Amino acid sequence: MTAVAISLVVNGERVDADVLPRLNLADFLREHLKLTGTHVGCEHGVCGACTVRVNGDIVRSCLMFAVQTHNATVETIEGISDSGEVSDLQSAFRERNALQCGFCTPGMLMAAQDLLKQSPCPDREQIREHLSGNYCRCTGYQAIVDAIETTARARTGRLP
Amino acid sequence: MTSAQENPETLSVLDRPNSYIGKTVPRPNLDRLMQGRGLYVSDIELPRMAHVVFLRSPHAHAKINSIDVSVAKQMPGVIAVVSGKDLSSVITPWVGVLSHLKGLKSAPQSAIAVDRVCWQGEAVAAVVASSRAQAEDAAEHVLVDYEELEAITDMRIALESSTAVIHASLGDNLAFERNHDAGTVDQAFAESDQVIEAEFVFGRHTGVTLEPRSVVADWSAAEARLTIYQGTQAPHMVQNIAALHLGLKESQVRVVCKDVGGSFGIKVHIYADEMATYALSKLLRRPIKFVADRVESFNTDIHARDHRCKGKIGVKRDGTITAFEIDDLTGIGPYSMYPRTSAIEANQVVNLVGGPYVTKNYRARARVVFQNKNVMCQYRAVGHPIACSVTEGLVDLAAMKIGMDPVEIRRRNLIADDAYPCASPSGLRFEQLSHHAALAKLIQMMDYDALRAEQSARRAKNIHRGIGIASFIEVTNPSAAFYGVGGAKISSQDGVAVRLDAQGSVICQTSITEQGQGSESLTAQIVGSVLGVSMDRVRVVLGDTDNTPYGGGTWASRGAGIGGEAALQAAKVLRKNILDVAAAVLQSTPKELDIVDNGVVNVVDGASRIDLSELARIVYFRPDTLPPGIQPEFMAIRHFVPREYPFAFTNGIQASWLEVDTDTGFVKLLKHWVVEDCGTIINPQLVDEQIRGGVVQGLGAALFEKCVYDERGQLTNANMADYLVPMSGEMPDIDVGHVVSPTLESELGAKGAGEAGTAGAAAAVTNAVNDALRPFGTIITEIPLTPQVILTALGRI
Repeated sequence: MTAVAISLVVNGERVDADVLPRLNLADFLREHLKLTGTHVGCEHGVCGACTVRVNGDIVRSCLMFAVQTHNATVETIEGISDSGEVSDLQSAFRERNALQCGFCTPGMLMAAQDLLKQSPCPDREQIREHLSGNYCRCTGYQAIVDAIETTARARTGRLP
Repeated sequence: MTSAQENPETLSVLDRPNSYIGKTVPRPNLDRLMQGRGLYVSDIELPRMAHVVFLRSPHAHAKINSIDVSVAKQMPGVIAVVSGKDLSSVITPWVGVLSHLKGLKSAPQSAIAVDRVCWQGEAVAAVVASSRAQAEDAAEHVLVDYEELEAITDMRIALESSTAVIHASLGDNLAFERNHDAGTVDQAFAESDQVIEAEFVFGRHTGVTLEPRSVVADWSAAEARLTIYQGTQAPHMVQNIAALHLGLKESQVRVVCKDVGGSFGIKVHIYADEMATYALSKLLRRPIKFVADRVESFNTDIHARDHRCKGKIGVKRDGTITAFEIDDLTGIGPYSMYPRTSAIEANQVVNLVGGPYVTKNYRARARVVFQNKNVMCQYRAVGHPIACSVTEGLVDLAAMKIGMDPVEIRRRNLIADDAYPCASPSGLRFEQLSHHAALAKLIQMMDYDALRAEQSARRAKNIHRGIGIASFIEVTNPSAAFYGVGGAKISSQDGVAVRLDAQGSVICQTSITEQGQGSESLTAQIVGSVLGVSMDRVRVVLGDTDNTPYGGGTWASRGAGIGGEAALQAAKVLRKNILDVAAAVLQSTPKELDIVDNGVVNVVDGASRIDLSELARIVYFRPDTLPPGIQPEFMAIRHFVPREYPFAFTNGIQASWLEVDTDTGFVKLLKHWVVEDCGTIINPQLVDEQIRGGVVQGLGAALFEKCVYDERGQLTNANMADYLVPMSGEMPDIDVGHVVSPTLESELGAKGAGEAGTAGAAAAVTNAVNDALRPFGTIITEIPLTPQVILTALGRI
């Protein structure tokens, strides 16, 4: 196999790399860029732990090849944490103990932020529906739903 | 027990000003996990690190005639291809038995199979390469010549004389049998107005930790020392076992456990592939990393709960339960797991059936058999869901038979709250439980009568909703009775070291571990409360055998009750030491001083006397200014283990409210309630979240989770798309309430809470489904309650 040159922007930084065509985006982020906040849970697109944003849309990075991100903009949990974009969500997760082992949390925050951008005032059913592609084995989900609901309220000025 | 009154120097930690006990405070260090800056084993990289991939048997049972590694060895990046025989020069085999489980037998198991494979997924060769992808490529070129043998998969035929014996040296396929007979069971059944029998069937399932099992083993030939980075619940147990089988002293093995992506009992065992990874590091003299992929996880993470249990209950017309009888059969795979064994689950079933109830008449038989499937062992709430589903299923059947409300029959038979201490029919000793208070609270929380009215109204409209109730008891805070007495080197005590640093902050090293339950938080809350130091000044160190006291770790709902008490006692000693020095410096007496908000104050008027940072500065940098004869000891260590009761039992009750679609067989969970009693609650939010998480794992077992094997021992759904776990969209909100009966065995009074949710959830759901289906005259005693099971019971398919 011959490596392919790709150029992309990851968390605001330009990245140039030579990658094998079979390398998936999750492994590229973790092993080449050492962005280990993107977690690999199932490697077949079910669990959602590897959720990242590519050109603004959330994707399963285990189901996308790194070469497909040539010229793309990729954002990971490290990026959206440092930019402060999800600091209120993270604060709500902390207050509500919406994480235990934390392995699903980066993907969960990615999915939650995606929902709140699309739908600023989701009800609990909509939150639960949107998170159905992200598995959590620790919390039972209720605390996560609560934290997202609280953040949605605060962002839209509907504090209780 | 030491009571606060006997020691006027210290108020009870529950009563101290600014106490964190009983308060919801956020867990420390969550930002690390939320920002993607945790350090899970799969994130770890070391210089010269190589990756191992295991070639695994496609057969459930086969003889290995030969292994040809010649092509694989020539593949790019390959460092070594190692067989079971090669590895046996570095690591010895093991046998998973414990002496207190009388008669338990198993066969020697090797890190990598030698000559024969006994389940689909057992490793037959290890391929070590510069990258995991290269190792996977090469593994495809390892040629194994197998001779397939008959696979024994159905546990019901494992004991028949015509069935082949999996391990000839053992004589038969029976790993363990326990019989128990208490009271006068036959007479009780004879005197009953009704005797009801049923067979309960449980789907074999597994823990599905979101982070697969992972190990980095780093043998330093220069130091003659092995460092194991592993997401384990019990670092000192791993240290002991690795040393034992690699021919090392424990002091030559360090186990480091950073962040752990879910454990639930899956990561409290020693797996063959983990042993192989330690051995490969020693053999190849370099760091070796093993990260299971998801297919491997399903095929090799321990499975649990593969039981068929016949149950029998006797009842009188007035609702009095006269006797319980069970006959439990479970298949554990080809080996008893190491070192905790695979007989514990069945043993717990015998221990726990009938546990909440008054009757003393109880007969039980449990048989544990070998089969050619993946190994089975302890997973969250070991044995409890089986015992609870059988007991509570039988109680509901009895109530139905005599036309009594399920709540009423429980009210008439649950052990009275003022009857303690007492013992269960299996001989378990209960210090203080609260079944009736819990039942009363549950009925109030769920508004039982209103729900019954709603159920009835909807039934008229052909909507089938059901209510299911399940009382339970839970084993927590295990003493040496669990493993130590059987010869396992698994500590039941834990230790905590607390020290005041030079700036007045506190560093606390504990032998319990963190997998997200909140071990760091509860330790910091206790230490901060006892010392009078704010939580942000308490740093907790755990998960490192070089840097923590010796102890058991976090499993069997023991962290808060045992590790928490050690933290409390260590902090009390440090507090005394600090006040002794402060009194000398301030020309006062310790009795006149207290520590509040990080500073020493007068007891009388609360006036500030000296900040802890200033006291620490004097002690560490200007000891020359201290009065003569004072030797400050700003570090203290204490250990704790329960001695009076083998286990601190907790109790609780759950209820499920759900709707069954009788056309599709789908179950919609509408609401779930839990009332539990874990004694002193250190952090209400963390307890509630343990309960909720536990309930959802139980709901998974009730509705979705099952390892589906075919008759040849092939696991047919070893991936996350086909093996279903609960998703957010199908889970209900769960209301949690508490009754508080502290254990008097510790000053803290805390019992465990981590497994209560899992213990009773499936029983509540099954009872609710049967309640919903009452008009159809069908009873289901099998989980998971898939649409297929429900439609079959309804005669629709």
